[in-house]
Amino acid sequence: MKRALFGNRLLPWLLLAPQLAVTAIFFLWPAAQAIRQSFLREDAFGLSTSFVGLANYAALWGSAEYLNAVRVTAIFAVATTLLSLGVALVLALAVDRLVRAGKVYTTLLVWPYAVAPAVAGILWWFIFNPTVGLLPYVLDRVGYDWNHLMRPRDAMILVVLASAWSRISYCFLFFVAGLQSIPQSLHEAAAIDGAGPVKRFFTITLPLLSPTTFFLLVVNIVYAMFETFGVIDATTEGGPAQSTNIMVYKVWFDGFIGQNLGSSAAQSVILMLIVIALTVIQFRWIEKRVAY
Amino acid sequence: MARITLNGVGKVYPGGTRAVGGVDLDVADGEFVVLVGPSGCGKSTLLRMIAGLETITEGTVSIGDRVVNDIEPAGRDIAMVFQNYALYPHMSVRQNLAYGLKNRRTPAAEIARRVDEAARMLELAPYLDRKPRQLSGGQRQRVAMGRAIVREPAAFLFDEPLSNLDAKLRGVMRWEIKTLQRRLATTAIYVTHDQVEAMTLGDRLVVLNGGRVEQIGTPLEVYRRPASVFVAGFIGSTPMNLVRSDVLPGLARPGTTVGIRPEDLVPSPDGALSMQVSGIEELGVSRLVHGVIGGERVSVVVPPDFQPSEPLRLSVRPGAMHLFDAATGLRREGS
Repeated sequence: MKRALFGNRLLPWLLLAPQLAVTAIFFLWPAAQAIRQSFLREDAFGLSTSFVGLANYAALWGSAEYLNAVRVTAIFAVATTLLSLGVALVLALAVDRLVRAGKVYTTLLVWPYAVAPAVAGILWWFIFNPTVGLLPYVLDRVGYDWNHLMRPRDAMILVVLASAWSRISYCFLFFVAGLQSIPQSLHEAAAIDGAGPVKRFFTITLPLLSPTTFFLLVVNIVYAMFETFGVIDATTEGGPAQSTNIMVYKVWFDGFIGQNLGSSAAQSVILMLIVIALTVIQFRWIEKRVAY
Repeated sequence: MARITLNGVGKVYPGGTRAVGGVDLDVADGEFVVLVGPSGCGKSTLLRMIAGLETITEGTVSIGDRVVNDIEPAGRDIAMVFQNYALYPHMSVRQNLAYGLKNRRTPAAEIARRVDEAARMLELAPYLDRKPRQLSGGQRQRVAMGRAIVREPAAFLFDEPLSNLDAKLRGVMRWEIKTLQRRLATTAIYVTHDQVEAMTLGDRLVVLNGGRVEQIGTPLEVYRRPASVFVAGFIGSTPMNLVRSDVLPGLARPGTTVGIRPEDLVPSPDGALSMQVSGIEELGVSRLVHGVIGGERVSVVVPPDFQPSEPLRLSVRPGAMHLFDAATGLRREGS
């Protein structure tokens, strides 16, 4: 790292001030508030507040609804991550084979990433709407009665598709870059060494992509767990029967609709710990264990 | 082991660009042939066509008794050493060496035997469990060689394998490649732009220019009797002087270019040529004097302590003149 020398002792602090202020006001202070709130309980009318220690956390541990949210989040995050990574890898491999048209396809395939989550949610809501949607109409023709308002499995498929869709673009870009950084001569050497296309993919391409894959795995789990509020809110609102009520949606619902601030704060602290853990994993492993 | 025959081989890219045209070549079993030429002359394309990494658009390539035009690289029974070595970075040296054998379902005991033998031959035994990034440039080069050897292929193809090494190591590895190829007696085709490498390694050279063969011959044939102006200027550690014939007194033959190697111009007080000296390059073992004779740029090799007079008088060593047709660039017979 290059060291800059400042004559004035105040100047560096002044230069840092805007960023520090943003961090303090929008991250540190709310986080501190959440931690404080998670140890408090308010009565139904907001007239009195009392310190309850870890009671909010203990209540979560015994809450079937919360444990359901944990389970739903796990299924949702894994399904979304695998779907977006899988589709993105297939698309990236297809584009990597193209010599001339590759750039055009890359540009087109990145577009979904520019669509806001809420807009994407509405889009999928319309496509899947049991009454006016296109897809239920088509599915009905082949004898499947699609109804994500009634059937938990349909609802989960809907939110996974809607969340994975915009993520595919993001993963796709990284995979394309990853594939292009593998020297062509390695594929050629492997071809001369008697490995067919499928064998080359599994013994050369995939292992050399593993740093990219690992990075995307962590980033997508974080995305699915924390940044899919818009999609859930615009499509299923956590239903039916809690089947798509992921943890981050429940934080909002319990806090702002249910007005149970103590429990909501405790839930967001748990989420915060998960984010911290994932971030540590990412930094540790990406820096050190780059697979080869 | 096999002979390799190229019959009217050419390559035209889909856009209509011609990379290689009309190459006829017969590489004998166990022979070491070097394809040499400046960058863009089509030598690498030609090698890649033999390897099966580029499609052949004209003519036929045969390895052994088979025409291999439509056979995949894996089926051609060749091994290739790449310029950047193309070692698999996520595999250990042992795995790198074994990869090609594993893909061909060689029994494990046989793989182990061949890997150990190659490692011993190339002095790689202490490094078998290391990853390529933990090796030096020369060791990586050896692993790339080892990967070719363990396969026991019909032919080795080398694509500028030494160009990423520093000058000293290049000399060492050049010698190792040569002795190894002699020992294994495997047919080898070697691509390089370096004419010193070409001269020292090849049993025969194929000098390429603009996708066409300029000359095929042993290193000494090519050096002593270059078939064209291009070969004359390309082969030789200091390029041959190429001048109009009227520069030389008593040799005014219109339409002729005369080639004289810098070593064949000898300073002598009563020499027929008179050179305006413009500069001296120190080579240690000798000095290279640059100058002008009759408006043509010429260089001369002189002993290390020689101080050129101004102007420098020179004579031509007898029988050292090469005559070329100025229009076609081809060698004039009888010169």
